[in-house]
Amino acid sequence: MELQLAIVAGVLYAAGLYLMMRRQLVQLIIGLGLITNGTNVLIFTSGGLTRTNPPVIPEEMPETLEPFADPVPQALILTAIVIGFGVLAFSLVLAHRVHKASGSDDVRGAS
Amino acid sequence: MTTLILATLALAPLAAWLGGRSAKVATLLALWPLGLTVWFASALRILLQGGVVTDHVAWIPSLGLNLSFRLDGLSAVFALMITGIGTLIVVYGAHYLDGHPERGRFQASLFAFMAAMLGVVLTDNLFTLFVFWELTGFTSFLLIGFDHEKESSRRAATQALIVTGAGGLALLAAAVLISQVTGTLTIPELLSDRGLLTNHASYLPIVVLVLLAAFTKSAQFPFHFWLPGAMAAPTPVSAYLHSATMVKAGVYLVARLTPVLGGTLLWELPLVIIGGLTMLGGAYRAVQETDLKRVLAYSTVSALGTLFLLLGLGSEAAFTAAIVYLVAHACYKGALFQVAGVVDHATGTRDIRRLAGLRALLPQTSLAGLLAAASMVGLPLTIGFVAKELVYEAGLKYALSPFALVPAVVVGSALLGVCGLLAGFGPFFTPGAPPEGSHRASAGLWFGPLTLAVLGLLFGSAPGLTSGVFSLAASAVAGRSVEAHLALWHGLGLPLGLSALTLLLVALLYRARKLVRARAWPRSLGFERGFTGFLRIMDFISGRIGPPLQESSLASYALTFVLSAGTLVGVGYYLTAERVSLDGLLDVRAYELAISGLIILGAIGAVRARTTMTAVLCLGTSGYGVALTFLLFGAPDLAMTQFAAETLTAVIFVFVFWQFPRVDQASARLVKLRDAIIACGCGVLVTLLALDSATLPTTRRLSDFYAEAAPSLAHGRNIVNVILVDFRAFDTLGEITVLVTAAVGVVALLRIAAAERQGG
Repeated sequence: MELQLAIVAGVLYAAGLYLMMRRQLVQLIIGLGLITNGTNVLIFTSGGLTRTNPPVIPEEMPETLEPFADPVPQALILTAIVIGFGVLAFSLVLAHRVHKASGSDDVRGAS
Repeated sequence: MTTLILATLALAPLAAWLGGRSAKVATLLALWPLGLTVWFASALRILLQGGVVTDHVAWIPSLGLNLSFRLDGLSAVFALMITGIGTLIVVYGAHYLDGHPERGRFQASLFAFMAAMLGVVLTDNLFTLFVFWELTGFTSFLLIGFDHEKESSRRAATQALIVTGAGGLALLAAAVLISQVTGTLTIPELLSDRGLLTNHASYLPIVVLVLLAAFTKSAQFPFHFWLPGAMAAPTPVSAYLHSATMVKAGVYLVARLTPVLGGTLLWELPLVIIGGLTMLGGAYRAVQETDLKRVLAYSTVSALGTLFLLLGLGSEAAFTAAIVYLVAHACYKGALFQVAGVVDHATGTRDIRRLAGLRALLPQTSLAGLLAAASMVGLPLTIGFVAKELVYEAGLKYALSPFALVPAVVVGSALLGVCGLLAGFGPFFTPGAPPEGSHRASAGLWFGPLTLAVLGLLFGSAPGLTSGVFSLAASAVAGRSVEAHLALWHGLGLPLGLSALTLLLVALLYRARKLVRARAWPRSLGFERGFTGFLRIMDFISGRIGPPLQESSLASYALTFVLSAGTLVGVGYYLTAERVSLDGLLDVRAYELAISGLIILGAIGAVRARTTMTAVLCLGTSGYGVALTFLLFGAPDLAMTQFAAETLTAVIFVFVFWQFPRVDQASARLVKLRDAIIACGCGVLVTLLALDSATLPTTRRLSDFYAEAAPSLAHGRNIVNVILVDFRAFDTLGEITVLVTAAVGVVALLRIAAAERQGG
């Protein structure tokens, strides 16, 4: 299962980087979105995968059910998703403004 | 002392305000430096009784940085020069720049400079010394470039800043090395373990760096050229910074560190050689010049060379001579510069070939010029005479080679004496008519130079007045108790004979001054041209390197960035990675595979999409796939967040981009292929990294701690949530701040759009 998620992360990165090197702002931002997802998958995989219980302690029980998924990478990723969303939303609107102001979304012309 | 220095700095705005008014009001500003002079003069009493004045304020204690100041003999001599001459310059500047629209700025910069310079000579920490050192360079930049509308001013200011700033960096490097060797940066502690540095392997680089700093600041060969250039500054600045105070910071540094670093041939020989060369070269260039200020500038270069030469001689007599020469020079050169300024002010020219017969027009100024010139020539009863006797005495005692040294010193002194006559005697007493349109000078203008010149006479005729202080200062340089013997009459001896010889030479050379000026060879060695050429070459190189790197195309920046980051990570991976065993990583279930396939398809679809809408949908698809993956592997919280974020992203995309044009895949085929190869390479690298880190043995200590602590300490059952809102709550606060900032940005940008739609 690690192998397949590692490949997923790689593909997301490759597609994202390719799009970031394009000249249109839309592609750039979509690339950013893909890289954000790729990074999250990368951290998730690196932390070790398990198909078992989520890191939640059930009601009426003193401890979690062993084994449980590692909560630390999850906490990191949760933050990353939210920040990634904020960045994406802002750059989207910024790109929109650039497009409006310059009449083009070609980054080569938008200097 | 901390308060005094900081107050001087804090008074700069007041100086700007008062200085901007009439000369009479601006003169009031001199009260502050006058007060400081009195303070330092009264502190001398403590010093003479064998004490030191210290002041200690913790600045950044965690870094070991303190503002600690220490007044000993050497510092006191410098501090008195800075505040005393500063007082006169404030008065002089107020009248000199009367009517100038920017005179407030002048006074403010002057106060800031005074604070910085006091810091240099009073601090007892090398790092703080560096900070103040650079501050003097910076304020000097402001003052040289005072007439910033003139291109020549700006060039001179930049040149001085680059040369002395580079020297300052050398000082910083030296301080770092010294602290590494000794573990301390405070000067008293350095003094206590002498010998530690001189026997250390880093001694050579430390000496080179310290001397580099001193030589650049004090305009020594081959860095001398910035000082004549700095004459672009208004004359009060030249008189203060570029003759009496700032250029002597290098001398101060060498004198201050002589007990720590000195006593070796490695330290003394460069000082003697460079100092000697500068002394001769500077004086020789000075007599060729026709501009009053440039004559004085080159003669200052020469005098600074003499000071370094004396410090390099290393004997007690030489140290005493250096201190007396220092004060003598400050008195007569400070006066002569101001005299030159008065002459310039009154006649409108500084060309010594045109200046004559000004005695009747400027009686008080001519008296100041005459007295200062007498001191510079070295006539008896002046402090210049006392200093020169001491210099000759020290030269004759030089163990290595008095026979080479003494003639050089005599020639240098004679040439300097000629300069004194050219500046202080010639314009007033040469028979002839003053240039047309000359007018008288106000009392505020001649007051400063006359005071300094009279002081020179006073110190020279009553040497007992100052010998105590000079002994203290020389002791601080020598690192042991030195008794300075100053006398009106040193007795019939070789020094007196040399003095007489010097006077004879001065008289001869002055009579033949026109011939000297016409026949002199070589004239300029072209170091300034070399420096400008060097700058031009640097400009050329960066002109070649810059544009290809700064294509102002985001795509090419991204390419450079991805390529270099990929290469770095790839090389690192190649060098360190072990073979990954795939055992146990291949346990795959069909539905997981399907979801992964969905993500990959989404990513590829986003790349190949022809319309924006397709691309957005593909992005969303892969995002949902990621969310499902989270759900499968025990992370429901992540899945929920990812679903929400993905949905919102898609919505915003659609809102914003519905009017975007089609994706036209503008790049050429070959470019796309190149980018695809690079991107795929990076993708493979990420996959390898992921596998590598997934198979590394990890510890779950942190996770187990959170699992235990979540219910007991934070009273929560969802461990991820507890981490975010409790254990790492500050991180989450930061995250929320980022989100709010982004939201504010989004709203602001959209509002502009809305306003434009309404307006247009």
